[in-house]
Amino acid sequence: MGRQILINDLDKEGVNTLSGYKAIGGYTAIEKALKMKPEEIVEEVKKSGLRGRGGAGFPAGMKWSFIAKPPGVPRYLVCNADESEPGTFKDRFLMEKKPHILIEGMIISSFALGANTSYIYIRGEMMYVFHILEKAIQEAYDAGYLGKNILGSGYDLDLHVHCGGGAYICGEETGLIESLEGKRGNPRIKPPFPAVVGLYGCPTVVNNVETLANVPWIVNNSGDEYAKIGIGKSTGTKLISASGHINKPGVYEIELGVPVEEFIFSDKYCGGIRNGKKLKAVVAGGSSVPILPTELILKTAKGEPRLMSYESLSDGGFQTGTMLGSGGFIVMDEDTSIVKNLWNFTRFYHHESCGQCSPCREGTGWMEKVLHKFIEGHAQTKDIDLLWDIQRKIEGKTICPLGEAAAWPVAAAIRHFRSEFEEYVHQGKNMIDVKHYYRLNNLQEA
Amino acid sequence: MAKVTIDGKSIEVPDGTTILNAARMIGGDIVPPAMCYYSKLKTSGGYCRTCLVKVAQGSAKDPRPMPKPVPSCRQTVMDGMVVENITSPEIVEARAGVVEFLLLNHPLDCPICDQAGECHLQDLGYEHGKMKTRYEFKRREFEKIDIGDKIKLHMTRCILCYRCVKVADQLCSCRNHGVMNRGDVAEISTYIENVVDKDMSGNMIDVCPVGALTDKTFRFKSRVWFTKPVDAHRTCDKCCGKVRLWYKGEEVLRVTARKDKYGEVEDWICNSCRFDHKKTSDWVIEGASHIDHHSVISANHYETGKALENLKSDIERHQKQLKENKFALGQGAMNPNNV
Repeated sequence: MGRQILINDLDKEGVNTLSGYKAIGGYTAIEKALKMKPEEIVEEVKKSGLRGRGGAGFPAGMKWSFIAKPPGVPRYLVCNADESEPGTFKDRFLMEKKPHILIEGMIISSFALGANTSYIYIRGEMMYVFHILEKAIQEAYDAGYLGKNILGSGYDLDLHVHCGGGAYICGEETGLIESLEGKRGNPRIKPPFPAVVGLYGCPTVVNNVETLANVPWIVNNSGDEYAKIGIGKSTGTKLISASGHINKPGVYEIELGVPVEEFIFSDKYCGGIRNGKKLKAVVAGGSSVPILPTELILKTAKGEPRLMSYESLSDGGFQTGTMLGSGGFIVMDEDTSIVKNLWNFTRFYHHESCGQCSPCREGTGWMEKVLHKFIEGHAQTKDIDLLWDIQRKIEGKTICPLGEAAAWPVAAAIRHFRSEFEEYVHQGKNMIDVKHYYRLNNLQEA
Repeated sequence: MAKVTIDGKSIEVPDGTTILNAARMIGGDIVPPAMCYYSKLKTSGGYCRTCLVKVAQGSAKDPRPMPKPVPSCRQTVMDGMVVENITSPEIVEARAGVVEFLLLNHPLDCPICDQAGECHLQDLGYEHGKMKTRYEFKRREFEKIDIGDKIKLHMTRCILCYRCVKVADQLCSCRNHGVMNRGDVAEISTYIENVVDKDMSGNMIDVCPVGALTDKTFRFKSRVWFTKPVDAHRTCDKCCGKVRLWYKGEEVLRVTARKDKYGEVEDWICNSCRFDHKKTSDWVIEGASHIDHHSVISANHYETGKALENLKSDIERHQKQLKENKFALGQGAMNPNNV
């Protein structure tokens, strides 16, 4: 336990430059990969069990093997760096500190997929990371890792960085492709999937930054070696962006399978809840995954300790489980208002809905308005049932997963914290500001 | 060929047919409603989610059900597919939910809306919706913008079906309107006060399922159920020239394309036919139009019994008079008082 393959060596001088990255063993995988056959690389990635780090956790090797290969049609690799999930900031960190690991991963992956042009689609707000990447790509061109005839292998690759406008929806792969083509970032209706009809109508693979950054290590050390890291089908390491009421917020690289309890309380990772408070709830994988109360996040419903892995976190389905998602680990202490927090999340989804399909367009706004009634202190008990009904009518009825992302937090909050909603109903206007309410009544904060 | 079973009724359809079109081939009440799909517009559909169906069996080869409801207008059939539409309580509920969402911010200004009586959202709400809304907040409003002298845009009524965008893309020489903004403030608009005036752009009025795009030359002239549809044609070098004239008394109040029973136009017509030829003398009358779908217009029975006889004699007399260069269309079916 505790191996790191992505953000180790960050303390070394100049790992964000080409020479610094080479000094820690960078760009060796390219030389090895270019001597391999593309199919062999795909096979290695399949063997490694590497799963998509963007949130869905789909096996990356499988995704690569789905790409259609009609003759005479170009193929594209697109790196999804539009990290916008509230609570997730791992890709930004990785690109900022070690841009070359992504570039190296992209060169190998493009070679494996037979793509001669690849794109990094980066979120508009991260302008400074855009400049870092531009600089790193120029360095790679100058060193002959990009451009025509890379390292004398006869393989050509051009890598471009494209800056998005800062829309959450452009992190959805087909929305991203539309945006990259210069259109409105509206997700497409699937099928056809991007592996068949993607960017400019050509077969395309869209992968997360972290997924691609794992590829050089797999090529260097073989897929079997990678599969030994982690636990079960959750192989490898995962970057976790820990935030919220913890002593040490930040990006941590964990080996999948670390117990959640250890992750929150050990000094190696989050370092416990700040100010000596108690843990109340955790959103384990970015704002869109279901929130879990203390008893369910530390132990599964069966009483087993919960681990930081795809399987263990989703144990029990949505009734008693959640998802690893993109690794945005938001910890809330006992003072947090779940209702206020949920309102904030829902406000985000309302703002970011693209407006294409009706359940999401109308439903997210409606949920936000109903939740705001709770905050303002004039909600009724029937509003809790109304919220439940709205989320049920959005979930699974939309074009892209944004509808689900908006519905799941609402469902989970009501499922696990219904009493808190009822408290808001009963207390009415008193709940406008909780702390204010406690102060007025000379009560101890519970 | 693929064999597909929808609500227990089987049909063989060519490969690549969508579930919705297969259901339309079977016909009857198993046809899912469609607010954004338009068979004559490429890439339309998938947005409104009213046509969601449950796929209980994916295909004969892979009998697993699909995990989520699928939009029947975009999902193509597979051999051996089993689809549940009105037989699935889950789908009926989901559809009621979608109708509620569509009506959530709709102003429900039917009493002053020109589309009332031939509005698809009215029909949808009547057939699949609930009696009452649970929405208690202020409804969304948009500022009115002027998009030209022929078409009136009333964005507050829009359900963002994207049909008018596809009309401009596929029929007009250039598109100068589109969807601006996102989420629930997304709106159809022209970019910086542009004018929608390209030829064929009038078809946007016909494809609009609600009263968001209406004919300015017909605005507030009459309720549609007081007008009588008559099929007519003329020789036109830009379009097929086959239209439907809507009479009130002797006057042609508006000209539209002919629509089939799913409310889709049979042939596109040009702006000149639609807006500039509003005299009976411009047209060769074919006879009373038949309206397939149940509608408040056909409820007037303008094409049966005495009314039909009146109409026939009217048209005969009218055409005779046309030859003699006289216009008179006083008595008969054209006059609402005679029905």
